[in-house]
Amino acid sequence: MGYSIVYLSLVVLIPLAGLLIRVTAMSWADFVRVAFSDRALAAYRLTFGASFLAATINAVLGTLLAWVLTRYRFPGRKILDALVDFPFALPTAVAGLTLANLFSQTGWLGQFLVPLGLHLAYTTGGIVLALTFVSLPFVVRTLQPVLEEFEVELEEAAATLGAGRWCTFRRVVFPALLPALMTGFALAFARAVGEYGSVLFISSNKPYVSEITPQVIMGWLDQFEYANAMAVAVVMLSASFAILITINLLERWASRFQR
Amino acid sequence: MSIELRHVSKRFGSVSAVEDVSLTVDDGELVALLGPSGGGKTTVLRMIAGLEVPTSGDLLVRGERVNDVPVQKRNIGFVFQSYALFKTMSVFDNVAFGLKIRNTPPAEMQARVDELLKLFGLDGLGRRLPHQLSGGQRQRVAIARALAPRPSVLLLDEPFGAVDAKIRQELREWLVRLHRELHVTTIFVTHDQEEAMEVSNRIVIFSRGRLEQIGSPRDVYEQPKNEFVARFIGVLNVLELTVRGGAARLNELSFPSHGVAEGETLRIGFRPYAVQISSNLQEHPHSAVIRHVYFLGVQLRLELETPSGLILRTRIVKDDFLRQGLEQGSSVSFQIREYRVLSTGANNLSPEVATVHSAANFAEGI
Repeated sequence: MGYSIVYLSLVVLIPLAGLLIRVTAMSWADFVRVAFSDRALAAYRLTFGASFLAATINAVLGTLLAWVLTRYRFPGRKILDALVDFPFALPTAVAGLTLANLFSQTGWLGQFLVPLGLHLAYTTGGIVLALTFVSLPFVVRTLQPVLEEFEVELEEAAATLGAGRWCTFRRVVFPALLPALMTGFALAFARAVGEYGSVLFISSNKPYVSEITPQVIMGWLDQFEYANAMAVAVVMLSASFAILITINLLERWASRFQR
Repeated sequence: MSIELRHVSKRFGSVSAVEDVSLTVDDGELVALLGPSGGGKTTVLRMIAGLEVPTSGDLLVRGERVNDVPVQKRNIGFVFQSYALFKTMSVFDNVAFGLKIRNTPPAEMQARVDELLKLFGLDGLGRRLPHQLSGGQRQRVAIARALAPRPSVLLLDEPFGAVDAKIRQELREWLVRLHRELHVTTIFVTHDQEEAMEVSNRIVIFSRGRLEQIGSPRDVYEQPKNEFVARFIGVLNVLELTVRGGAARLNELSFPSHGVAEGETLRIGFRPYAVQISSNLQEHPHSAVIRHVYFLGVQLRLELETPSGLILRTRIVKDDFLRQGLEQGSSVSFQIREYRVLSTGANNLSPEVATVHSAANFAEGI
């Protein structure tokens, strides 16, 4: 207990406190002017919006992937399973570079997609794509153990009572997965909000359009406006914190049936 | 609801789980599928439910072939060994599940669930979640859930396996009462022969995927078809004798040779109740010492050891035991009143051989 508090303080709480102290040096008016400037607001919207979208995509596709990995036995399953961790291992800048290359007008996939009007490189769509990529493992990895432990008898019981496959999934399987799914969603979302490297490469980084919050912060830092950077950072921090707490509460509600 | 299996087999890959099983269950019966684990009884139950499809053979319900009817359409109630209650749902929602799927009107659903909860002694627990219930209560919720949509047959897989002994006894009696009241055709799987004897009208005995015998509890106990059944239902003393000088002998015991050739082996089996003992050492032809006394209530189970070290098991009523002044270590005389000849050699599953009353033979044999 003591160790964990010390550890948590050193790694998380002290830097955060430092951040807040730095910001308190600013006047309230200055803080509002910087932290809620149109450019910053556009960046918040994009950051949280794209992250939310990415986490949602992962919640759906990640559930599917986790399901396939736990329920089916097929050649190459182990390799696929190992590949899920790939986004963890890959430096995100490399990921961004690869994706931009793949989806640009001349890229492998881009040359087919761009004529169809699907611009995934240097657009907000590209940001969602990059964020989806880097946060992919979370939903899969949180759901896998739950799915592995899930008793097949529960599905069979539903079937003997007359429920079809979809109905069984919706009423029996899904509610049992929900807590883990929300944990995975929260982790994926948090990871996406914090992502910087890959977005740098795949986004066009235009202020008001395709600039995420970390880039705004970097912008202020480049101008040696540390306090301004901190102000934006504090908003980020508070928002992330609020969202995580909300998800945590929802998760607790969803797992009320567990001991 | 009559259910019929005709030459049903089930293979899982190269493993044969059920082999050529034919049996009929009549309307309103309470049948036990009994056998050691891995005997194929659960697979048979799951095939009746539609959770497994037979590899070959036909499954008929009221004369109609249902092999390809999916589980959802079979109108069966299935109770799993693990109960498989839906953890995310209240007791009420669990029991109502089958009714909801069938789009039962809410008022009717409410009435049916309330009726079942009351019948099962669960009234007032409707809003609890499964983890807030005791083992026995969970069991009852599982049965109530299976019965709610009025299935034509109730299937239970090891229904009393996961509760402790005391509750198990209560649940057995309760299941018999329930069956008498609802009169729904019920088939349950168990590996406990006492449970099967006590609860069911008919017992179907399986071993290694094959059906060994079907019959009333009394039939299978008194007229076992083969050695497997005889050993599985109740206790059986088995002796391996060698024929020498025209009689089958083992140490101090000797029996007629039953036509077995000189030098060959004769195996006989007898129930504990066939061994009669007396504190009067002159009364019976053989002598032994009481090695162990197992207290079973009104009855005692005794382990006898003959001077040459043979161990025999017998039963005696407690009052009789006390009246004769017996205790552990006492010397007694005994006789074997009846026995069956078992098949010789490796084949355990021999055809039945008639009971022989052998008191006269003993006198000669000694």
